Amino acid sequence: MAERTLSCSEALAEALAEEMARDETVFILGEDIRAHDGIFGQFKGLPKKYPERVLDTPISETCIVGAGLGAALTGMRPLVDMHFADFFTTAMDEIANQTAKIRYMFGGQAKIPLVIWAPDGGGLSAAAHHSQCLENWFIHTPGLKVVVPSEPADVKGLIKSAIRDDDPVIFFQHKKLFAQTGPVPEGEYLIPLGKGDIKRKGTDITLITYSRMMYLCLEAAEKLAQDGIEAEVIDLRTLKPFDFDIIAESVRKTYKVLIVHEACLTGGFGGEIAARIGEELFDYLDAPVTRIGAKDVPMPFSPAMESFVMPQVDDIVQGVKKVLNR
Amino acid sequence: MKQEKPSRKEKLALFKTMLTVRAFEEKAGELFQQNLIPGFIHLSIGEEASSVGTCSVLRQDDYVASTHRGHGHLIAKGADPKRMFAELLGRATGYCKGKGGSMHIADFSIGILGANGVVGGGFPIIVGAGLSIKLRKTDQVGIVFFGDGAANRGTFHEAVNMAAIWKLPVIFVCENNLYASTTPASYSLAGGTVAGRASAYGIPGYETNGNDILDVRKAVTEAVARARKGKGPSIVENKTYRYRGHFEGDPQKYRLPEEIDRFRQQEDPIRLFSDQLKKEGILSEKAEKALKKEVSRSIEEAVAHAQKAPLPRPEDALQDLYVNP
Repeated sequence: MAERTLSCSEALAEALAEEMARDETVFILGEDIRAHDGIFGQFKGLPKKYPERVLDTPISETCIVGAGLGAALTGMRPLVDMHFADFFTTAMDEIANQTAKIRYMFGGQAKIPLVIWAPDGGGLSAAAHHSQCLENWFIHTPGLKVVVPSEPADVKGLIKSAIRDDDPVIFFQHKKLFAQTGPVPEGEYLIPLGKGDIKRKGTDITLITYSRMMYLCLEAAEKLAQDGIEAEVIDLRTLKPFDFDIIAESVRKTYKVLIVHEACLTGGFGGEIAARIGEELFDYLDAPVTRIGAKDVPMPFSPAMESFVMPQVDDIVQGVKKVLNR
Repeated sequence: MKQEKPSRKEKLALFKTMLTVRAFEEKAGELFQQNLIPGFIHLSIGEEASSVGTCSVLRQDDYVASTHRGHGHLIAKGADPKRMFAELLGRATGYCKGKGGSMHIADFSIGILGANGVVGGGFPIIVGAGLSIKLRKTDQVGIVFFGDGAANRGTFHEAVNMAAIWKLPVIFVCENNLYASTTPASYSLAGGTVAGRASAYGIPGYETNGNDILDVRKAVTEAVARARKGKGPSIVENKTYRYRGHFEGDPQKYRLPEEIDRFRQQEDPIRLFSDQLKKEGILSEKAEKALKKEVSRSIEEAVAHAQKAPLPRPEDALQDLYVNP
């Protein structure tokens, strides 16, 4: 396959163009997506190519998500753009009470091929209403799948699988990664939901991460390599269902674990991973499973405080050293 | 297409469906009293003109989003009372295999997108169904039932607005039974009218005598015809009344027994329609009696069927969450 480079937003647009060409029930619904091809350019070319299938909505998040659900229940495959992940709060009933539960409550009668796509994450001085990582709310709600890709190729492969999946998928993309580039296969390229990926091989410690923190973990791993420490970096890519096998295989080799996510620490997905490792891999551990996440405050505006609240490369380097020096 | 003026045969069929809804609800109340139905149930006795009148205008491939007080809507749309009772009794053969209960019955094979435990939860869903109809270019329509209480949820505004700007084939059917649980509409409904809110969205609003099935049908027929032609949504407000509490066991301190008696005696939708059918020479006392007996027998059979049905296995609780787990 030809090697070429795309950004995360280009990868998304390409994947969606392919899926819309392949299946005419695929359509996109959201606020302000036509004028600028999405506020991050993530739907580049699509409004022009598919004028009837890329729909601008009123500012009505509740109804946008609910309409996505209703359309999915009646034969369509919608992708709903949440504009910002922070606005999930305005549509939580439609997601948590309706979308997540309808198939189950009705005894499996319905399928819900709905993707709810949401840009998340901090680091842009966008303050507390435009910076959150909220994946754990949805992981904690049975009935949803949750995808959190980092690299452009993963964005393409996973969004295509998410669109074709018959279950509702919450698909997060980090705002600071839209311009991130990387090689992306051309044409048909699918990554199954629920499969993690080893982004860097290592033997001394397992770094378990996802989304933008994957890049920070890679940077930290390069710094650690200068001190002779080889960290393995696992990008989970999907959090529900999540790939525990890839974690287990790595931990049985390294005996040490540091989990890194941008979501605030308390109640974050790191706790779940740590518990599973404790329950199932206790005998393989040489040190306590350790977590790094954002500090437990809403995201502050000023860059001086924001970078303090969010995990940084040095935090990861120090975190690794702490685990190794126990 | 369904005609605005039903034939004699159609009128009798409407009457029979009204009797079936009432018999179902009365039986459900009885079973609940006997502690045979777990949880809690909301009965629609007194609102049969609205449920049956509205659904009688629909085709099988039209969509309905229902409410917590949904038994009547489902029966009127063609759901099977056997499987409904089985669901109410928590059986494996119920519509939802015992996972939903009274408030969550659906039958996707006949366009019933589900009753809903969240007041106002059906609005966005029916907008989505309407959008889907429009994108698929069929001439189906979608109806969402809701109460006077749900008219005050934000979902109402978002959904009516969205349906109106896109001219979606959706009809918003309010069953104004004067009380949102315990709270009177006279207290909670600004402007005092749901149909009247339609003008703010630039769409038709119909207010009906919701206890007169033909009046309900007339309005819904107009609204459905408009929707099928691609002219967009309407609001229909059926002014009706529920005889039972918000839920079975509701102490009902918010209203006087005299008020319920007055509606029962003067406004009962089944009696009103029966009187009319007799006046038109379509129904005799004898035929009515026979019809009631037939309906009651079929409801008894449905209950017996449900009571004999197996319970789900506990571990069935782990099934049906995902298509691809």
